[in-house]
Amino acid sequence: MDMLNALVAILNFVVIPAASYGAQLALGALGVTLIYGILRFSNFAHGDTMAFGAALVILITWGLQAIGIGLGPLPTALLALPFGIALTAVFILGTDRVVYRFYRSKRSAPIILVMASVGVMFIMNGLTRLIIGVDEIRFDDGARFLVSVQQFRAWTGLSEGLSLRVSQALTLVVTALACWALFRFLNRSRAGKAMRAYSDNEDLALLSGIDPERVVRLTWLIATALAVTAGTLYGLDKSFKVFNYFQILLPIFAAAIVGGLGNPLGAVAGGFIVAFSEVAVTYPWRKIATYLGFEPQGLLQLLSTEYKFAVSFVILIVVLLFRPTGLFRGKSV
Amino acid sequence: MKKLLLASAAGALLAGAAGAEEIKMGISLGLTGPLESISPAMQKGAELAMKEVSDSGKLLDGSTVTPVVADNTCIDAAASVAAVTRLVTAEGVKGVMGGMCSGETIASLEQVGVPQGVVMISPSATSPALSTIDDKGFFFRTSPSDARQGEVMADIVLERGINSVAVTYTNNDYGKGLADSFADAYKAKGGTVTVVSAHDDGKADYSAEVAALAAAGGDALVVAGYADQGGSGVIQGSLDTGAFEVFVLPDGMVNNVLVEKFGTQLENSFGQNPSAEGEGHDKFDALAKEAGFDGTSAYAGESYDAAALMLLAMQAAKSSDPTVYKDKVMEVANEPGEKIYPGELAKGLELLAAGQDIDYVGATSVELIEPGESAGVYREVDFKGGKLNVIGYR
Repeated sequence: MDMLNALVAILNFVVIPAASYGAQLALGALGVTLIYGILRFSNFAHGDTMAFGAALVILITWGLQAIGIGLGPLPTALLALPFGIALTAVFILGTDRVVYRFYRSKRSAPIILVMASVGVMFIMNGLTRLIIGVDEIRFDDGARFLVSVQQFRAWTGLSEGLSLRVSQALTLVVTALACWALFRFLNRSRAGKAMRAYSDNEDLALLSGIDPERVVRLTWLIATALAVTAGTLYGLDKSFKVFNYFQILLPIFAAAIVGGLGNPLGAVAGGFIVAFSEVAVTYPWRKIATYLGFEPQGLLQLLSTEYKFAVSFVILIVVLLFRPTGLFRGKSV
Repeated sequence: MKKLLLASAAGALLAGAAGAEEIKMGISLGLTGPLESISPAMQKGAELAMKEVSDSGKLLDGSTVTPVVADNTCIDAAASVAAVTRLVTAEGVKGVMGGMCSGETIASLEQVGVPQGVVMISPSATSPALSTIDDKGFFFRTSPSDARQGEVMADIVLERGINSVAVTYTNNDYGKGLADSFADAYKAKGGTVTVVSAHDDGKADYSAEVAALAAAGGDALVVAGYADQGGSGVIQGSLDTGAFEVFVLPDGMVNNVLVEKFGTQLENSFGQNPSAEGEGHDKFDALAKEAGFDGTSAYAGESYDAAALMLLAMQAAKSSDPTVYKDKVMEVANEPGEKIYPGELAKGLELLAAGQDIDYVGATSVELIEPGESAGVYREVDFKGGKLNVIGYR
């Protein structure tokens, strides 16, 4: 019984929250890594693409709610998501046309494109605030819990509770589906193969008749879809606040780099590594130890929670020192 | 004999005329910066008291009071020191109503107020650090120290039969000061604090913080944070994982934002924030409405009281010299004596001129305790029925 309690406590406080946070990071990191792999620059505007897309999704959600369309137990935002993606994609392709294409045609150094993306970031930052404001917005409707703590306790009779929110389950499922679709697309489809070819060697790809502009457009489309999905899932799970999307950029980049920039598989792994290291390393093990029959004096906490960000960056530094291209062999500049 | 009488009468008149002066009073507020939204009402509150005293013509044989305003920016200590220096050296003010935020108040007090010998009464700096500062008797505040809030909160928690709590605070001076003062008071009164840990505002995820707090355990979670920041992130995480069901919420969290967000999930939670009640508050409200500003705006009443206290102390000391009247501030603020409410400053001045004691109540039921800060009236609130309910004052 005590073993079970210990297991449930770990699941409830470490595994489930870290897995859903990791999934959100993974989706974000996938977008960053795709842009890096194919367009060859770190897109700083990615966090704000998430915010911009999520803001549009919220507006559409409100519209749908107003005319009485919903998804029952699932959040209405899922229905609004495709529209949000489409609108954001139009905007992002616009920024590519106006900003990035100019530098790409000049074959500018990556750092110039990075700086241009910082500019785009600030503009999107302001735009999102103009559109939806700076306040915190909650737009999750439908059922909140798949399993709530009270239900779980009643079912099992354990003293520890377990909760699984709809948004967490949804995050995991959607992330899994998105990854599966993306890998299938990259490995099997003609367009995906063209993208990989372009990523591996631009000149050779051009020689073999691949249209570079088409590859670029596809890349932006896919990255935007991933970003808006990640932004919406994150907003559903926590809440929407423009500033938080700016903050999440840092762990997303950490995830992409740990996994290996440019490597999609690495981005997914990186997302989970960063999330789990933030939650697990700072977790005090006292409760677990008590269940296992020890009587610890202290909290048995390795590091206090203030240092959780330090943890992911220590991992980042160690990885960069010993495997500069990341755990999964990305592209190093 | 007749001549002698005449001469002494003339002498008395002359002396009276010589006593009247133009007294300049400084107002140091963060008119720009993070608290710029509440500064205007505070400025108007202080000016209201000065005008009331000046118009009565009863202060120190008919002296007039002129306010001089300076912008201390609230966050920039150097700018605040410069602003207050200007007030004191260039304008020659006899007292400063300010500063506004704890950090800049400490700086301007240490570098200008104390060395130049000018009384400063802050309406809104609540850091416990200001209680222990070496102010040589020149500093007072009409707001309570957060140390006091810690005590009040500890009492409320224990009275509800909760003997063990976890504490999380927003990682800044306000959060840390409040969390420490609460933890000390609570332990001294016999409670157990399982953990005191910080959270940062505006972060992407609070699972780690919630996991740590949950592992430490406790019957309730004290959240010394901000309602629209990390504070509600931690509450959200705790509710979702079932880590805590009872939350203790101090002033930064007592806010309708929280009610909108969590509704009935806060059924068993409670808290407190500084707030005045009663006759003085209502009278000030009416005065403010007449003067064209909102008297219920945060710290507007405290500003009125801060300005009034300095002027009443001058009257009691029969001098506008800050080094003299500073010793009278506590006297006019506290019992014994006739109670003086907002709008009755003229009456207070008269009584003091006649050598009688007064007990200034003002807009915020002023009661100064050593070392010269408001004892503080807090309202206790709970969230039953998905609403913010006031259950009492203490």
